[in-house]
Amino acid sequence: MKFGKMKTHRRNRLLLVLFLVVGAGGAATFTLLALNENINLFYSPEQIVEGEAPSGQTIRAGGMVVEGSVVRSETDLGVSFLISDLKSAEVTVRYEGILPDLFREGQGVIARGQLNQDGEFVADEVLAKHDENYMPPEVADVIAEAHEEGKARGG
Amino acid sequence: MIPEFGHFALILALGLSAALAVVPAMGVARGDPLLMRSGSFIACGIFVFLLFSFFCLMESFLSDDFSVRYVANNSNSALPVQYKISAIWGAHEGSFLLWTLIMGGWTLAVAFFSNSLTFDMKARVLSVMGLLNVGFISFILFASNPFDRSLPFYPQDGADLNPLLQDFGLIVHPPMLYMGYVGFAVPFALAIATLTTGRLDAAWAKWSRPWTNAAWAFLTIGITLGSWWAYYELGWGGWWFWDAVENASFMPWLVGTALIHSLAASEKRGVFKSWTVLLAIATFSLSLLGAFLVRSGVLTSVHAFAVDPTRGLFILIFLVLVIGGSLVIYALKASGIRSEVSFKWNSREAMLLTNNLLLVVATAAVLLGTLYPLLYEVLTDGKKISVGPPYFNRVFVPVALLLFLVMIIAPFSRWRKTGSDRLLRNNWVLFLIAPAVVFAATLLFGMTFEPLALFIETIALCILVLLGKSWRDSAKGGWRSPSASYTGMILGHAGMAVAILGVVITVYYSEGRDVRLQPGDTVSLSGYDFHFESVGKVKGPNYVADQAVFSVRRGGKEVAMLKPEKRFYSVARNVMTEADLDPGIFRDLYIALGEPIGEDAWAVRLHVKPFVRWIWVGGLLVAAGGFITLIDRRYRRRKVKTALAGAAT
Repeated sequence: MKFGKMKTHRRNRLLLVLFLVVGAGGAATFTLLALNENINLFYSPEQIVEGEAPSGQTIRAGGMVVEGSVVRSETDLGVSFLISDLKSAEVTVRYEGILPDLFREGQGVIARGQLNQDGEFVADEVLAKHDENYMPPEVADVIAEAHEEGKARGG
Repeated sequence: MIPEFGHFALILALGLSAALAVVPAMGVARGDPLLMRSGSFIACGIFVFLLFSFFCLMESFLSDDFSVRYVANNSNSALPVQYKISAIWGAHEGSFLLWTLIMGGWTLAVAFFSNSLTFDMKARVLSVMGLLNVGFISFILFASNPFDRSLPFYPQDGADLNPLLQDFGLIVHPPMLYMGYVGFAVPFALAIATLTTGRLDAAWAKWSRPWTNAAWAFLTIGITLGSWWAYYELGWGGWWFWDAVENASFMPWLVGTALIHSLAASEKRGVFKSWTVLLAIATFSLSLLGAFLVRSGVLTSVHAFAVDPTRGLFILIFLVLVIGGSLVIYALKASGIRSEVSFKWNSREAMLLTNNLLLVVATAAVLLGTLYPLLYEVLTDGKKISVGPPYFNRVFVPVALLLFLVMIIAPFSRWRKTGSDRLLRNNWVLFLIAPAVVFAATLLFGMTFEPLALFIETIALCILVLLGKSWRDSAKGGWRSPSASYTGMILGHAGMAVAILGVVITVYYSEGRDVRLQPGDTVSLSGYDFHFESVGKVKGPNYVADQAVFSVRRGGKEVAMLKPEKRFYSVARNVMTEADLDPGIFRDLYIALGEPIGEDAWAVRLHVKPFVRWIWVGGLLVAAGGFITLIDRRYRRRKVKTALAGAAT
């Protein structure tokens, strides 16, 4: 009797462990797949100009908004502007919608969207920080790198 | 002088915290009751000095002492007085002072409201709290002192508080959130203290429960307020963004939720003990991780404070010490803890286990998504990525849905085993009527038929009815009214169902449009006609604004007049959108002004959001449920007994 009881107890425990392993494995696989599909790589204007960024895939791009480059549509909310690394590379960004409050010419922004066939960046979302003095780290890096390279070439 | 007094009080508080960490613990080691009892007095001293220090900073703000750098950066002589006070926690240094003050407050609370603990245990708990106080206060003193002066050359006037933070939501959101984060230090300290004794008994779980419930209820309010604030102030009508900092507050909440459930099982049935201890450690660790993420600037977030690597490093080291240290203690001591209780698959224990597993899986998924950008950058040598909201929605929603399904049966299950068909046999009428009611309501509101939405709404309705019925039964069935714990449990779950109803309906049936409008234009949305009447200038205390006037009509009848603004804060030189909304039980009308685009035209965002308010009402109900459990008699019984004993002699 006692032995039989032990057995069901063990069997239950084994079933539970199996269930947990399968469940955890399934959840992990599902999670990693979801993660893989939803990461957005960041590209600098230079990388985009040199064709390193894929088109038709959601990516992020960032840089400084070039002074005087913001052009608005007369009829709807369409807008386009240039982002640059303040050195050589510039990319056109197209966006349809309301820009954030701190979007301004000469400020750092990050856009999420896709590259189209013409090498223009079609943004689904444009982010500027809430703090005026803040520079998104990605954009700060882009400018620092471009600056370093310029120095290296020039020197 | 006042800032110097504040600074000095902090130093004294640090000294006392060190004493609190050492003295009671020494009392335990030597078996000296005097040293053990001294903890309460030291805790008192810590709190008094922290409070004094906090008032000093407040006085610096109120008297516009711009020689204090923190005041100069976050205040202005024209700032309204309530915002001068809330500006104390408007940026990193001051908000951490508030955090520390709250930590001191919880320490004091433990010293005074823990009569049911043995002296030995209380001394251990206070020592752990003392150690944490040492960590937090030294962080303020060495890496983020709010009392720093910029002498001899200081600005004539301050740079003003970030306009986004000049709002009622910010006055209350951070204190509530910190009450939650820091409150989890109490169950953490108790877990560590208990581990050091090597015995985990029912008393430990019983003592932990009210503290955990209180911290968790505060955190719930904090998150709810944050979501509400984001909705009307910053989010253009969104209420959750899966932003890194939101996640940082959500993860301790998820694990904390697992913890309060697991504690119930540990107290009542003595099961899952070592697991519960692990959860207590994890909850507080995730709170600290949240602080690290917000304050170190390692993640790009709309909330992040200014970037400062020293601070990040300090918190990281503290984090590693706390997590590493507690896990080492756990590894050494927890192996001796065994629970020998069996239960059936449909018992309450099994339901709570399922709840815990799902919550932990959900937390792990959110944690992975939040930290993945960091991991990726390290692994790929500097490549930067972001993880988008679609990831979080895809992994979190199914788990949440499973949890919600379990919620239909779990609150009505019994310990050890549940009669297999109790739920179905007693409630088959409900399960037939509920879908019909949801169907009819959908028709009535003129909404479309979305199968998943209808399904979830039906479950929510069933849960609400079952909870209500169950509470009524217990109220009339027994010889006394239902216990506060039970009422709180029912209310908490009902709040969750209300919030989920709100989420589902808002997600499925909201309508929104960004349009270019000129005065005189009309746009229709969800049966409402938004008419742009005019735009004019208005002036506030520290800003000037363009104010648009919209009239909203439905079927020719005017239902609301909305006046969204675009404000320009002259000192901070900041532009800010001040949306206007017409709140309602069944729908919100929401208008936000974008930018002026040529001529008189404005970019305008319009929303009609059905049931959106239910999300926050639900959240507040959940928190209320947590608070109600605190007045349960069981947590006071010890006191009553001793009082009786005292009266008898």
